[in-house]
Amino acid sequence: MNNPLRKLSGFAAVLLIALLINLTYVQVFNANALRQKPGNSRTVLSEYDRQRGPITVGAKSIATSTPTQGQFSYVRTYPEGSLYAHTTGYYSLLYGASGLERVENSILSGTDDRLLVDRLSQLLAGQAPKGGSVQTTLLPDAQRTALRELKGRRGAVLAIDPSTGAILAMVSSPTFDPNQLASPNVATEREAWSKLQNDEDSPLLNRSIAQVYPPGSTFKLVTAAAALSTGKYTKKTLIYGPASLKLPLSNNRLPNQNGKACGTNNKTTLENAIRISCNTALANLGLVIGNDVIADQAEKFGFNQSFDIPLFSATSVYPRDIDRPQTALSAIGQFDVRSTVLQMALVAAGIGNQGVVMKPYLVAQTRGPDLAVLDATTPTVFSQAVSANVAAQLRDMMVTVVNRGTGRRAAIPGIQVAGKTGTAQQGNGKPPHAWFVSFAPAKNPKVAVAVIIEDGDGSTEISGGRLAAPIARAVMEAVLNQ
Amino acid sequence: MTNPVTVAPTNIKQRRFAELFLLVLTIVISTAGYIAASLGYTNAMPTDLWLVVGACSVLFLTAHLAIRKFAPYADPLLLPLAAFLNLIGLVLIHRLDLADAARAERAGRAIPRADAIAQLTWTAVGIILFVAVLVLLRDHRILQRFTYTALVLGVTLLVLPLLPFIGTSINGARLWLRVGPLSFQPAEMAKLCLIVFLAGYLVVKRDALATARSRVLGVDLPRGRDLGPLLIAWVASMGVLVFQRDLGTALLFFGLFILLLYVATERRSWLLLGSILFVAGAGLAYFAFGHVQQRFDVWLHPFSDPNGTAFQIVQSLFGLAAGGVLGTGLGLGNPQFVPFAKTDFIMATAGEELGLAGLVVILMIYAVLAQRGFRIAVSARDAFGTLLAGGLSIVIVLQVFIVVGGVTRLIPLTGLTTPFLSYGGSSLVANWIIIALLVRISDGARKPAPPVRPSRDEALTQVVQL
Repeated sequence: MNNPLRKLSGFAAVLLIALLINLTYVQVFNANALRQKPGNSRTVLSEYDRQRGPITVGAKSIATSTPTQGQFSYVRTYPEGSLYAHTTGYYSLLYGASGLERVENSILSGTDDRLLVDRLSQLLAGQAPKGGSVQTTLLPDAQRTALRELKGRRGAVLAIDPSTGAILAMVSSPTFDPNQLASPNVATEREAWSKLQNDEDSPLLNRSIAQVYPPGSTFKLVTAAAALSTGKYTKKTLIYGPASLKLPLSNNRLPNQNGKACGTNNKTTLENAIRISCNTALANLGLVIGNDVIADQAEKFGFNQSFDIPLFSATSVYPRDIDRPQTALSAIGQFDVRSTVLQMALVAAGIGNQGVVMKPYLVAQTRGPDLAVLDATTPTVFSQAVSANVAAQLRDMMVTVVNRGTGRRAAIPGIQVAGKTGTAQQGNGKPPHAWFVSFAPAKNPKVAVAVIIEDGDGSTEISGGRLAAPIARAVMEAVLNQ
Repeated sequence: MTNPVTVAPTNIKQRRFAELFLLVLTIVISTAGYIAASLGYTNAMPTDLWLVVGACSVLFLTAHLAIRKFAPYADPLLLPLAAFLNLIGLVLIHRLDLADAARAERAGRAIPRADAIAQLTWTAVGIILFVAVLVLLRDHRILQRFTYTALVLGVTLLVLPLLPFIGTSINGARLWLRVGPLSFQPAEMAKLCLIVFLAGYLVVKRDALATARSRVLGVDLPRGRDLGPLLIAWVASMGVLVFQRDLGTALLFFGLFILLLYVATERRSWLLLGSILFVAGAGLAYFAFGHVQQRFDVWLHPFSDPNGTAFQIVQSLFGLAAGGVLGTGLGLGNPQFVPFAKTDFIMATAGEELGLAGLVVILMIYAVLAQRGFRIAVSARDAFGTLLAGGLSIVIVLQVFIVVGGVTRLIPLTGLTTPFLSYGGSSLVANWIIIALLVRISDGARKPAPPVRPSRDEALTQVVQL
């Protein structure tokens, strides 16, 4: 019986070696992949145990990790809470992260490959691991002004530097307090979360980049740009603008808001049509130049793609392959045209920047825990949307809108402002959205801004000028007073 | 190991001081672990340190003295190795107690009774039975008289949990007995009984099983009358275990049957037959039982349902990955995230906080324990002792492989306790009896031969036994 026993003894050794090889695989070679698996609560907890890097505006932290007593070593706090909520996002044990907390997590947590050397030196020095920092492009005054002027109404403001693409203000209203979602107290966190989820106004939604709206009359700028770019039009060209336009292939008529023709003999200049936001003139212009020309122009401004700022923006849409009545409606920003607030800010910024649209960005630079710069954003051109000449004509039209047209409330004493109002019909009897896009100073602008107020109370073109223009003015002033 | 025939007993190395030294080392290491777990988790010294260290010292010193008195020639490694595993288990359970207490405190519930103290109590019961076996069972061959008693007792123990009133279903498997406040898992004791039966039965029948046979489909099979009792025992235990949904124990018993038959008969055809039966049985179980199928699917694709059916194994893997090579350190990981961390998944706890390094140590201790067991089997002076020691060693090896392989996803997960480490009285007590039996057999093998040395010729063993 000894021979089988000796063999069994060898068999036992084989089983042991199998266990050891498998354990080496699980604990050494596969360990990193297992740690990265979604739902690994140990990884989340270990992130709570290290000092996460700050998110800053200038030199000031808008998200920071502070040492605390209790279950975790650090607690994430947002000193100005709701003001930067949609930029920082939240960092929650139960609900994950959003905003920059999510997209810049590898830098903030210190797990980025570029921080490997830092991690090793921290390990060797016996220091607790630390994360790097993310510096945003936001201006505190512009941000504060935008939130104040929105007055808690559902809406959004996005301001941009036309010459660089740096985002100066990004505010979505109503906002929320990310501190409550980063609470180490699970009950507090859960309660805050369910309150936010059940809120009809969806405070967690970033209305400036993550939501699309019909752009309404603000889109007329794109249609006008398309027409001017064909070379067959100037701002003085007379175009057809009756009291109501019979749509082709149907018996429906598209009326002007005030029921009047846009000029004598149903004719008006392109400039005047923009100034008074004439629906029939721009719809007919769209029919004349054709949908493909408008679509090409819209895409040069950034429609039909999304932006990675590095927060991910929703895709603004300009439809292709539509029939002629749909083209007429699309030319004035209705039908299936959809735009983010960011996208309309880019249209304004491109016009102000001599036709050059700059790629928008929210992160100025990222730094390692030792403050060495890892990555600094350099402004890059997104596209030459229109020629400098066309841009200048569009600018002049927008100046008349503010000086003598629907956008008077955006005027700033001593500084020339260029703007365009918009009132986007939603259908279903819902009140229209109030829009305003603008830039200032009109020549060599320092700021371009887009504003939306959801479900503005009026049903006329006036609501864009009345509700949204004052907000745009206040934000532009805040930037220009820097 | 050569046994001098005519020399006085004093010349034979008993190595009892080596045993004592290793025991002291074991207690020192585990005391350090016990303190480290508390310091790591709560930054405070354990309040019951001296009670635990004192009790353990007294218990293992008693066991050591019992060996000195009643089995002075026993293998000196058995007791320290088992004690080491027992105490590391106690440290891990203590560490999980701290997490349970903290969780209860956070939720505002009363702090639960420390399981480490309960495990210590069961250790005491185990040591008392260990000593009792040494005192009462002066010669292991006495057990051979109880061959069929052991069979009846073993099968009865297996059937008991299926009876109403005393049988209880815990976590979907009906393998517990509940008497008043105590619950008891009889499969652990049944395991011992079946080893005794198999050793006793095979000693008598092994020649018949090895030689007289009929050929069926090209495979040599023993005669029906020799195979009968074996088949009954096998079918009864398999059937009952399948009915109780205790796959781990079923696998353990199956392996034990086949390997012990191979040892007794020295015929490889048993291994072949066993492999065929295993594949057929596993295939049948896969298609017949939803829970077997589910276990298998979870093994293949754990991350297809990480929060549902695969939750346990996925959490176990996360724990092992968190531990890495050196572990997080005692009290510094989160082994409490793994379900059944104190029982079936105690190795995941060890892997997380002690790392691959700690698991290698623990597995090597099991390996050394099993190798000492096989060595005792080889050196035993009688065939019954050989088969008994061989059976006990096989059971240690298989049980460790099935449970550790399961929690590390080498093989599908089946519920089993990890010998000596897992929380649970029945398992701990049964394993201490296994060690006592090995101590007894090794003492018999190494002590100076009686004046007339029995022949070691295996063919004559049966005559001696009669």
